[in-house]
Amino acid sequence: MLRDITLGQYYQTDSVIHKLDPRVKLIATICFIISLFIVKSWIGYAIAAVFLAVSIKLSKVPFKYMIKGMKAIVFILLITVVFNLFLTPGEVLVSVWKIRITKEGLQTAVTMAVRLSFLIVGSSIMTLTTTPNSLTDAMEKLMKPLKVFKVPVHEVAMMMSIALRFIPILLEETDKIMKAQIARGADFESGNLIKKAKAMVPLLVPLFISAFRRANDLAMAMEARCYRGGEHRTKMKPLKYAGRDRIAYGVLAAYFAVCIVIGIYL
Amino acid sequence: MGIIKTDRLVFEYIRRDEEGNVEGITRAVDEVDLDVKKGEFVAILGHNGSGKSTLAKHINAILYPTEGSVWVDGMDTREEKDLWNIRQEAGMVFQNPDNQIIGQVVEEDVGFGPENMGVPTDEIWERVEESLKAVGMYQYRKFSPNKLSGGQKQRVSIAGVIAMHPKCIILDEPTAMLDPNGRREVVRAVRALNDVEGITVLLITHYMEEIIHADKVFVMDKGKVAMQGTPREIFSQVEKLKQLRLDVPQVTLLAHELKKSGVDLPAGILTVEELTQALEHAQKYRH
Repeated sequence: MLRDITLGQYYQTDSVIHKLDPRVKLIATICFIISLFIVKSWIGYAIAAVFLAVSIKLSKVPFKYMIKGMKAIVFILLITVVFNLFLTPGEVLVSVWKIRITKEGLQTAVTMAVRLSFLIVGSSIMTLTTTPNSLTDAMEKLMKPLKVFKVPVHEVAMMMSIALRFIPILLEETDKIMKAQIARGADFESGNLIKKAKAMVPLLVPLFISAFRRANDLAMAMEARCYRGGEHRTKMKPLKYAGRDRIAYGVLAAYFAVCIVIGIYL
Repeated sequence: MGIIKTDRLVFEYIRRDEEGNVEGITRAVDEVDLDVKKGEFVAILGHNGSGKSTLAKHINAILYPTEGSVWVDGMDTREEKDLWNIRQEAGMVFQNPDNQIIGQVVEEDVGFGPENMGVPTDEIWERVEESLKAVGMYQYRKFSPNKLSGGQKQRVSIAGVIAMHPKCIILDEPTAMLDPNGRREVVRAVRALNDVEGITVLLITHYMEEIIHADKVFVMDKGKVAMQGTPREIFSQVEKLKQLRLDVPQVTLLAHELKKSGVDLPAGILTVEELTQALEHAQKYRH
């Protein structure tokens, strides 16, 4: 049951997007998200849609697979749409009893829906085509200037990659503990929300204890293998820009420039 | 002086109550003298709580002696400046394979040690390749560690240590969490390292079968070295091993019982072949 979380998991194929430097993909995703909030006209959204469609096509990730990961967010999307649709004051279009749909409401609801779904699809392209490890590598490299302000960049990146490594292990452990508790009569299924939450306590306590024990062991194993922070460290897979990365940056810059122009003038 | 040497090593755990007052002191390691020569395969035996893991952590400078000293390749583990050299020369493999694999891909994990040591990128790749080949895991280099069996994970851990080019490897109950197949895999890999690469091995275990091929065995009990000698010398003292709550390999036990009930057999039989030979010999002698 816990294994069904597929949101933004890496999808292995061989595509141009997969081969891009993770830094490019990270920056592109950020730029894409910003662009969604800059543009306000339909032309802007059309351009964003084209950009997105081309990226999806290039990534070779099946569109169906991408949508599967979105199911969890449909609910949030729905709430946003409903609230915007019914609660925005303005020129009334339809009015049934106390519920009114306004022209402004319709407009914001549609824009919000488009923005949110583009945002989710856009960022899931990044996570689907980039391994978590190279993503953390990219973050470490991109945030390096922050070291001047004493931000522990390397440590944060290391923590993230370790967390990612341990997600499946801890999930398995949760499963195990759950089964052990069920075998001894624990009930995780029935009852209301509060009762269910209470039933989680005997699950979480052993899980936390074991997580701490694991952390302790891992820290020792890392020290035994000469880990001493980011200094003196070399990289097994250093990030290097290739020709296609420069082209991608060029395309991205063009797209972003167009979006800014549209955002200002239209 | 050997590659690993301890001199009257004492380590005490201080137990504290909630206010931080000293409740009591546990002597985990009590005046242990160890001398391991280069290229040797040394096994340390002992049941739970005998202090064998505590001893192992001293050799990698994870713990420091309360009294006495530990030298690794002539370096005192208490010297701060030698710390990283010691950890590089005395690699350590722990019990739980899941809790010591850092990388999300096998090859990345093996590269972790060399990365920490500041080895240039090209050389890291060479080292990863050769150490994965040494433990027979090269074809799994692109796998996620989560997809491997326990024995395979433990072999990856061993490869991760070899990639640091250590002079000796300390294995702290590497097979305790594995099934019999995994255990065999790991022991075979460890023996190959010792035979082929000439790496000094210090194997800590409570499985008797694993120490048959050791050059020297230390048996620990309550923090002290209770027995030491070759496997044959150790296994010829079945009664004493039983006293120390250690299991003897079944063959050895059978030979011991047969001998007790009057069959003429030599002491310290370790393998099935030896026993059949000895029995044949004994039979011939009787007729």
